[in-house]
Amino acid sequence: MSGATNMSTAGSDSEMGGTPAAMGVLRAGLLPEPLIFERGAEGRTGLTCDPAEVGGPASADVIPAALRREDGLAGLPQVSELDVVRHFTRLSQWNLSAATTLYPLGSCTMKYNPIVNEAVARMPGFAALHPLIPDAWAQGTLELMARLADFLAEVSGLPGISLQPAAGAHGELTGIKMVRAYHADRGNPRTRVLIPASAHGTNPASAALCGYSVTELPANDAGILEVDTVRKHLGPDVAAMMVTNPNTLGVFERNIRAIAEAVHEVGALLYCDGANMNALMGVAKPGDMGADVLQFNLHKTFSTPHGGGGPGAGPVAVSERLEPYLPIPRLVRGADGYRWSEDFPHAIGRVRSFHGNVGMLVRAYCYMRSLGAEGLTDVTAMAVLNANYIRARLAGVLPLAFETPSLHECVFTDRDLDRHGVHTLDLAKRLLDYGFFAPTIYFPLVVPGAIMIEPTETESKQTLDEFIGAVEAIVAEARDTPALVKDAPHATFVGRLDETRAARRPVLRWRPPTPAA
Amino acid sequence: MRYTPHTQPEIAAMLEAIGAPSVAALVDHVPADLRATATLALPAGLDERAMRTELAGLAARNRTDSVAFLGAGAYPHFIPAAVEQLAGRAEFATAYTPYQPEVSQGTLQASFEFQSSIAALLGMEVANAGMYDGATATAEAVLMSQRLRPGRPLVLLSRALHPQYRAVITTYLEGIRDVEIVEVPYGPDGTTPLPAADLLRRASCLVLGYPNVFGVIEDLTRAAEVAHAEDCLLVSATAEALALALLKSPGASDVDIAVAEGQSLGLSLAYGGPGLGLFTSRERFVRNLPGRLVGETVDVNGRRGYVLTLATREQHIRRERATSNICTNQGLCAVQVVVYLSLLGRHGLASLAERNVRGAHALAERLRGVGSLHFSGPFFNEFVLTIPGARRRWEHALAAGVVAGHPLGTWYPELEDALLICATELHDAAAMERLVTALGVEPARAERRA
Repeated sequence: MSGATNMSTAGSDSEMGGTPAAMGVLRAGLLPEPLIFERGAEGRTGLTCDPAEVGGPASADVIPAALRREDGLAGLPQVSELDVVRHFTRLSQWNLSAATTLYPLGSCTMKYNPIVNEAVARMPGFAALHPLIPDAWAQGTLELMARLADFLAEVSGLPGISLQPAAGAHGELTGIKMVRAYHADRGNPRTRVLIPASAHGTNPASAALCGYSVTELPANDAGILEVDTVRKHLGPDVAAMMVTNPNTLGVFERNIRAIAEAVHEVGALLYCDGANMNALMGVAKPGDMGADVLQFNLHKTFSTPHGGGGPGAGPVAVSERLEPYLPIPRLVRGADGYRWSEDFPHAIGRVRSFHGNVGMLVRAYCYMRSLGAEGLTDVTAMAVLNANYIRARLAGVLPLAFETPSLHECVFTDRDLDRHGVHTLDLAKRLLDYGFFAPTIYFPLVVPGAIMIEPTETESKQTLDEFIGAVEAIVAEARDTPALVKDAPHATFVGRLDETRAARRPVLRWRPPTPAA
Repeated sequence: MRYTPHTQPEIAAMLEAIGAPSVAALVDHVPADLRATATLALPAGLDERAMRTELAGLAARNRTDSVAFLGAGAYPHFIPAAVEQLAGRAEFATAYTPYQPEVSQGTLQASFEFQSSIAALLGMEVANAGMYDGATATAEAVLMSQRLRPGRPLVLLSRALHPQYRAVITTYLEGIRDVEIVEVPYGPDGTTPLPAADLLRRASCLVLGYPNVFGVIEDLTRAAEVAHAEDCLLVSATAEALALALLKSPGASDVDIAVAEGQSLGLSLAYGGPGLGLFTSRERFVRNLPGRLVGETVDVNGRRGYVLTLATREQHIRRERATSNICTNQGLCAVQVVVYLSLLGRHGLASLAERNVRGAHALAERLRGVGSLHFSGPFFNEFVLTIPGARRRWEHALAAGVVAGHPLGTWYPELEDALLICATELHDAAAMERLVTALGVEPARAERRA
């Protein structure tokens, strides 16, 4: 392994916005590390227990040989505890994360994840609770879940809540299942769902998973959905329209109420994707816009850690007409506290085991309880301020995709870099050298070469200025030394990776070396 | 405000750069009739100390001090301190989907090691980077079977498959496919007699629990032979993943899609979530897999590295034609599981599985005078005890601070007198004695005494 060899040349100029750093601000200092399977020795182990601690028969005496495994778990590691500690500590250091730097992924809301929430979720009273413990013995968690549901109902302006879905896309699936059950109850589940072209891929995928075909709608020249466009595609076969508001350009869909009316006129329902709720707290409520169902992404708006891709939580909020269809089990309040009930004949059923990603619900509750009404309103205000500040400062540096006012995120294009042969991907890779994670790129699909920046409210002006300085420097590099940008990143742990090769000849696991014949 | 760092002079400077008169003006373009007129009706915020105090109070209202013999889909196991500490490192916890692999190699290599470990544990050729939980992974396995065997009108589910898994499959399939779910009854030994050829011939898949919800170990090898004879896929679903450290692997049994709940492997119970869906299959089906996959490649300098791959199956590329809608899954749980699997390794896992078998059988032996084993099939760390007046005895035990397993009557009306009892390495001899004593008291007599 030669992990650190090409990192020692990182530039020394950390003055962002001044003369461009030669290579970047990332520094060497990371150790290489093989796969865990390539460490250790035959017979080594980090932890064992005494199988005979409480007596009992050997497995060989009670489980027939034909049902037991014979490979000695070949292919699993054989390492010590210290091997494991060093291995995963080293690996962790190869990541950039929201804890290490600005992580401005648009529509992902990579805000600070408060450490205290981790401490609370690990309290044994929450962490060691078995999901089938009698309800009377889980009243602390049940009360927390009931309060969290109330909070989410207030923020969304929608009365019915299920905390069960495990992630945003799972919430979408749950929501569209409810839409389908609602229509089926009225004699016809209908066949189509309308979705704007700028939507997240999960929207059409969720609709398809519920058996619907998708009609994609274009926005107008300002990036906004027109009522007439919606009307043109509406019909008695449309089950729902899915809208993200603000949309993935960060732009508020100002025709939303008229759209809702048009949708309702044909008996269809309005699904609001709540991915961008960070822009709306204290500003507007989807319920007031005419939404019938919305999913939250607690890992976005309510600060639970993104975990490198989950676990998240995707509670759904619904209007009164969809309440009967909420998944079971549902939490009900009785004389002697909260209990779970499955006695809801119209419910769509169960969408996962047990009650949800409860550990994440605890964290989100901590966050909402810490900030309160005033704090959450401030979250949105500062998120909008930060995004508009970046937008204003970079508007002369990169072309905006749309001039329309935006809220919590802003989208640029690589139109002007093109003439130097530099593209969005190159800018993103070069930002890594400057010590920042890259924005969301090439999304939304409606913007060629999109660069989608969401700073969130927890970043200071100082950090934003550093980021703006880095983008300015890279745009200057693109003009003066385009190769430097096109070959980026230079200072990262590995260089640009060959993704085509990975897909063409997939190697999806380590395999034990086959002994020589 | 907590977590927003802005000072008044900074806000003023930023507004000036924007050219806006006030922060409020930045949302002026939101139509006035949609803008909130009242402040959010939420309680005022709390400082860290007050918030912690309130939450500690809620946690204290949960009773985790009892002696609980509960499994039934979520299994109490010991979690070494290093597991949560390492997986909880902020660099893992506060990153997101590794869209920029050059600065996400930690998450990516750990995911690759996770896929490798899970493939080895389940004995299968490929594993994905994780699903929400065991139940949704099973539902996705059924959907994948439908893609692989299009046009087959049946899905066969063992009645001994965890009822929540069956419920989720039902929800996922409801109304969307021209497909009928057929329940396959269980036999007197607790295993699932294999369905007749004419059913298998019309089914895309047969789904068996392994061990099943009664803790009983099905014969997957035989099931695979019989199913494959009719070109029906065999799906195995494991709720207690530790059992796989001892049982013949689904892969060695020729299973086509093997899924599991990974919670047992280093994740806390957390009232049922977050857990982790494990999803494995055959290499030749890889382009039909749902979820993320991490693959090995090289960088521009020829150095080994890892990337997300085969993304053309996924929603962000394929949209409505994706194999699944899944995006955010349970990434950090996968990291935690691979840390756990590494720490225990081949030998630690084997000894722990052995400890579970022995402990559960020792407990079953102790309970012999109190009740009887309902099923004769072999089991791992969970079994069904038949005992007259089970529900009343269970409530009586509860009053004594003992959760005597899960009363099966709530899931299986025909098993009203049965308790599903689980014992892991966390149940020592003293705990077992408490259970035997608590269940041994005939409730009618106890009530008279009271």
